[in-house]
Amino acid sequence: MSTVTVFGLCAAAAVGFGLYGLITNPQLLRKIIAFNLLGSGVFLLFGVVGRRGEAAGIGNDPVPQAFVITGVVVAFSATALAIALLLRLFQADGSTTLGSGTPPSVRSDPPGG
Amino acid sequence: MSIATLFEIVLVAVMLGLGIWTITVRETYSAAVGFIAYGLLVALIWVRLDAVDVALTEAAIGGGLSGVLLLGAAARLRGAEPRAATAPGKATRAAAAAVSVLTAAALATAVLLLPDSVPTLAPTVVANAWATSLANPVTNVLMAFRAMDTMLEKVVLLLAIIGVWSLASDNAWGGRPGPRHQADPQGILVFLARLLPPIGIVIGIYIFWTGANHPGGAFQGGAILASMWLLAVMAGLTDMPPVSSRWLRFVLVAGPGLFLLVGIFGLWLGPGFLAYPRTLAKPLILGIEVAMVLTIAATLGLLLAGAPERSVRR
Repeated sequence: MSTVTVFGLCAAAAVGFGLYGLITNPQLLRKIIAFNLLGSGVFLLFGVVGRRGEAAGIGNDPVPQAFVITGVVVAFSATALAIALLLRLFQADGSTTLGSGTPPSVRSDPPGG
Repeated sequence: MSIATLFEIVLVAVMLGLGIWTITVRETYSAAVGFIAYGLLVALIWVRLDAVDVALTEAAIGGGLSGVLLLGAAARLRGAEPRAATAPGKATRAAAAAVSVLTAAALATAVLLLPDSVPTLAPTVVANAWATSLANPVTNVLMAFRAMDTMLEKVVLLLAIIGVWSLASDNAWGGRPGPRHQADPQGILVFLARLLPPIGIVIGIYIFWTGANHPGGAFQGGAILASMWLLAVMAGLTDMPPVSSRWLRFVLVAGPGLFLLVGIFGLWLGPGFLAYPRTLAKPLILGIEVAMVLTIAATLGLLLAGAPERSVRR
């Protein structure tokens, strides 16, 4: 089994871990981290396929490389937006989960301001 | 077994171990730290995959800036860890595990069954490199062959910053993002914030400039410039500008705006939208990239700073 295949299996495992964490972790910040883990696995799959497409003296197909660079930046901006939403939720009713069962605790001093 | 193979096995093992730890560890703060280390190892895997441009992006944005963002959020949410009662039950966990294992197994099978004849666009990219006179194939794809993606991605960044800003509370509307940072003026943070930015700014501009012909580019350079700005802000040496400031908004739209203008210019004078006239291709691309590196640095920094929290007295 070649190195590239091993990296590909590793990427598949990262997607699996990320998916599991996304479903089972009740805290939203943990879900965001898990989703980033899932995303990095998907990006690595691009890299593995691009690595197999090495040709013309380039070690990795430049088109998927460019997609992944764009994707990493978009993933970062989505993460930043998600975290801003989470912090606002926390500021508004003190909860860090989405479950309707958690009673909102009253905070006397909202952070920031 | 060669040293390289051994290195790769250790790399993969540590990376997967960190991935599991990031998911299962109890404290959110530890998970964020684990994710930073994980991101840096993923960057090393990208080097082994011979994709240095992606490795630089992953290290700077995926590991570095995302890590700071997660750590900052984890620090603010400390003390809000929910009780164990909110965790899902055994049945949910088992179902989630089954779905995850199935997904991972399906992807692994796809990796193992990839066809032997590999489709690749690398020869096409090399064959058309003359059109831009840039030697870095990835920059060619980003700035010329798939310029539309890159332009729209700038628009996504802009939309994200609008989204973050619109979460400000009423009394902080248009104000300065994040808390005002204070640090011990004799401390190590202030010392580093004075020492590193001159070096970091030079490195950031170099990485951006060398991206025309070697690994590097506007994203990676912009991320380094953003981190230098944030370092100075976190040490309390400077403050984030109020988001209502006009020059800041100009910088934020400069990159996508210039990109769009050049695109329309191509529609008017050249063969199509975002088609550069052949003789002007390189100066046009470099001009767009200069505007883009400023926009990326400002946007990444502001995304990290978060929603406006302090009102500005006029």
